[in-house]
Amino acid sequence: MKRSIVLYSCILICAITFAQDRSTQHKETDTLVTHLEEITVIGRHKLSNYRQKKTLSSIDEYLEKSNRVTMIKRGSYAWEPALNNMTSDRLSVTIDGMQIYGACTDKMDPVTSYVDVSNLEKVIVNSGQEGTENSNCIGGGIDLKLPESKYYNSGLKSSLDLGYETNGNYKTTGIDLEYSGNKFYISADGIYRESDNYNAGGGKEIKYSQFEKYNLSLQVGYKLSDTKNIDANVICDKATDIGYPALPMDVSLAKATIASISYTHTSDTTIIKHWETKLYFNTITHIMDDSKRPDVPIRMDMPGWSDTYGMYSKIKSGTKKHKLNVNLNAHYNRSLAEMTMYPNDPNENDMFMYTWPDIRTLYTGVYIKDEFYINSKEKLSLAARIGYQNNNIEKDSGLESLQIFYPNIGAGKNRLLTSFSTNYLLKHKKYDFSFGLGYGERAPSVSEGYGFFLFNSFDNYDYIGNPTLKNEKSFEINFDTHYTNKRFKIEIETSYFYIYDYIIGKTDASLSSMTIGANGVRIYSALQHASIFNTFLNTSFTIIEALSLNTSIGYHYGKGSDKNNLPLISPISYVAEINYSSKNFNAALQLNGNTNQDNYSMFYGEDQTPAFATLNLNLGNTFFIRENKLVFKYGIENILDTHYSTYADWNNIPRQGRNFYINTSFLIR
Amino acid sequence: MKLIYILPVVFLTFFISCSSDDDNDTTSLNEIENLIKVKDITNDTHTIEIYTQNGKFYTGYNNISIRIKDNVEKKYIESATISWSPMMQMETMKHSCPKSEVSKVSDKNTVYNGFIIYQMTGMNNTGWSLKITYIIDNQEYEAEDTIMVMQSDKQNVTTIMGSDDVKYILALLEPSTPKIAVNDIIIGLYKMENIMKFPVVENYTIALDPRMPSMGNHSSPNNQDLTYSIKEQIYNGKLSLTMSGYWMLNLKLINDKGLVLKGEDITDSNTQSSLYLEIEF
Repeated sequence: MKRSIVLYSCILICAITFAQDRSTQHKETDTLVTHLEEITVIGRHKLSNYRQKKTLSSIDEYLEKSNRVTMIKRGSYAWEPALNNMTSDRLSVTIDGMQIYGACTDKMDPVTSYVDVSNLEKVIVNSGQEGTENSNCIGGGIDLKLPESKYYNSGLKSSLDLGYETNGNYKTTGIDLEYSGNKFYISADGIYRESDNYNAGGGKEIKYSQFEKYNLSLQVGYKLSDTKNIDANVICDKATDIGYPALPMDVSLAKATIASISYTHTSDTTIIKHWETKLYFNTITHIMDDSKRPDVPIRMDMPGWSDTYGMYSKIKSGTKKHKLNVNLNAHYNRSLAEMTMYPNDPNENDMFMYTWPDIRTLYTGVYIKDEFYINSKEKLSLAARIGYQNNNIEKDSGLESLQIFYPNIGAGKNRLLTSFSTNYLLKHKKYDFSFGLGYGERAPSVSEGYGFFLFNSFDNYDYIGNPTLKNEKSFEINFDTHYTNKRFKIEIETSYFYIYDYIIGKTDASLSSMTIGANGVRIYSALQHASIFNTFLNTSFTIIEALSLNTSIGYHYGKGSDKNNLPLISPISYVAEINYSSKNFNAALQLNGNTNQDNYSMFYGEDQTPAFATLNLNLGNTFFIRENKLVFKYGIENILDTHYSTYADWNNIPRQGRNFYINTSFLIR
Repeated sequence: MKLIYILPVVFLTFFISCSSDDDNDTTSLNEIENLIKVKDITNDTHTIEIYTQNGKFYTGYNNISIRIKDNVEKKYIESATISWSPMMQMETMKHSCPKSEVSKVSDKNTVYNGFIIYQMTGMNNTGWSLKITYIIDNQEYEAEDTIMVMQSDKQNVTTIMGSDDVKYILALLEPSTPKIAVNDIIIGLYKMENIMKFPVVENYTIALDPRMPSMGNHSSPNNQDLTYSIKEQIYNGKLSLTMSGYWMLNLKLINDKGLVLKGEDITDSNTQSSLYLEIEF
């Protein structure tokens, strides 16, 4: 621990001196910058600007709108984001650069479930190695951005949101309060969501799909001088009584406290334009419970805890031709989960085990990215991240329990993780073209490395972690091209990943399952290699100024070296949307669907999901009452009440049937 | 601030000085540290103090410590030769049980140690008596009394008839405190030669298959069958316990010729061996 702090300080000092050396060069703002950013970043949307179809949609619904992101559903709450058909273990999901580890061994609490749209300003989605700004990953990075400092001097502002949806009797209430001065601001928001069981298409009630959630956040900032400010942010998120219809257990409590304090130095005159240093911590408690299920083979409690302490220092610097980003970061996490089973014979002792035996992760890393503007049409980006990760099994009993499977392992394990990427962009008036190459590595996740009898209801196997796994390594190629005419826009995005030592479970027939009724035990091990390919064709046609037609079609492929299809790979997906928007009214009719899932992975518990298509209608009105603004968003989802489930629905749990919704927002200035 | 550091030291000194005042026989007390007295058996000349870890006898393996006190001089004997004979008096018959020699504990002056494996107990925990025979300075003494033997919650000892028509007794010696880990398992194996003689059986193998009946007969990996250790006269093996709770240790007794004398394999249709011991933690 101490050594890495010393190492980390050294790097920090080096970086500062390096930056100072260059400070003699004069700064230059480049007009290309803002324009280009929209391309390198594949999804960057403002969240709360009432441009959304549904102002009060959850962060999950919001993410699902992004082309490359799909959401894996185990119920109507806490969906797990997948990017490039890769799930959380292969992604870097952060909240404004802060590392958070979910506390559930069964992925029932992805990081995204601990924030709400009201907390966030935008979501940055980066594909593949371009997503390594905050940590090492394979599939890409999703950074949920908190609002920037608000020294607007706009005084007091408040807003009230109310939402209702018929399917599931889903109610949402939100309040926002903000005071902004020249030197000081404070902003607070709270949101409350509650839903009963929803109905699938055809009217069948999906039992155990209810949830209730509160989210409160407070952000304050103080400007020490024109160039220096200090900001603090606290988010408290508490969800209770969450049903997971696709799983054998529910969650009685999922609670997070996420806090950070940051010091920012901004300057237009020095070489360092922006320097933000943040200290943060977060703590998560997650309690699984099956007390509401009438028939279970055995009653059990499965609580989990995760605490993370971390910091980062991000420096943005630039010259005429270069734009440099440096991020030094470190975090320390403790993940502990246990399971207590209550035997049907009350005279027997409770059965207990650590499912995550107090795993400590210490990560320190540095990320450097340089964008080199060769000329007005060409740009070359280079990025690298080097990270050092140490895992330690803190509890002796945890180590001893894993030694049942791996007699020779020790408590500690060190890994060096590297990532490189390069991207070339050529931009013309009507078209642009970008080509990228990348190499990245990731360490196994806590479950993959150290999980102990984690039941996966998807393939019905118990999983045992493997501390001896090699780092997973990925080579990637990506290619994007756009063509823009006056009214017509066409875009092709493709990415190909060739992954060595692809971490996945392998059946060990000699082991006896722990979970009653499970098919057996799978040990996390690695396929020699696996390939994942994604491509999208997006078109947009503006019929008249207010009326446009957008379509997107995606093709996905994933196969392992064992010739089996990889699990959770999307079949061909498509969206077509006709959009009308004027100043005070907007309307959109959307067709959404997948083709038949031909390349399903039987080995990993998938069956063929049939093709489906759903139709949605979204409408919105804006009224001005003096200074104040009233926004109505309303519509019908799944108009035809189609009964369907997608490839990403855990155990084929059907999705929501027809749903009428209305969201109102009242903004008081 | 400094007071905080000094105070505990002051208290500690105080307590140490207090407690050592009224204790003029520290060595003899320390010798039975962490042991609780089960019973005194007395005769005219001596009092025999019997200790175990928990102050009671239970069915199964009992690690027993003994001290002999001179009734006149009130001193503990430091050189005695001790033997013992437990006896179960039943309605129609009587018998003894497997036991070790009694030997002096090497780093202690007054404590003697051995083990007795009570394979059963009677109504209201009665039926057993213990006779201690000891020699001090070439003079032989004897003391005898009845003892209480509690029934263990779980089956840690079992008496079986092998297919060779020999009565065997298997007793679980270790793990005494099982852990979620690979535990060392020790079983003592004896045969009943007659009502008094229970010699150690050598060079057999005890096959081990631990199961949790409450978890759909879940088993664990990397267990090791028990083999005989000539030096310790016991059977050693490895027992993996993946979680706490109730475990049934299904066993098979295999003789030195590879013949199964008792016990069956666990299959889908046969969930339990006729030879088993139990652990719960």
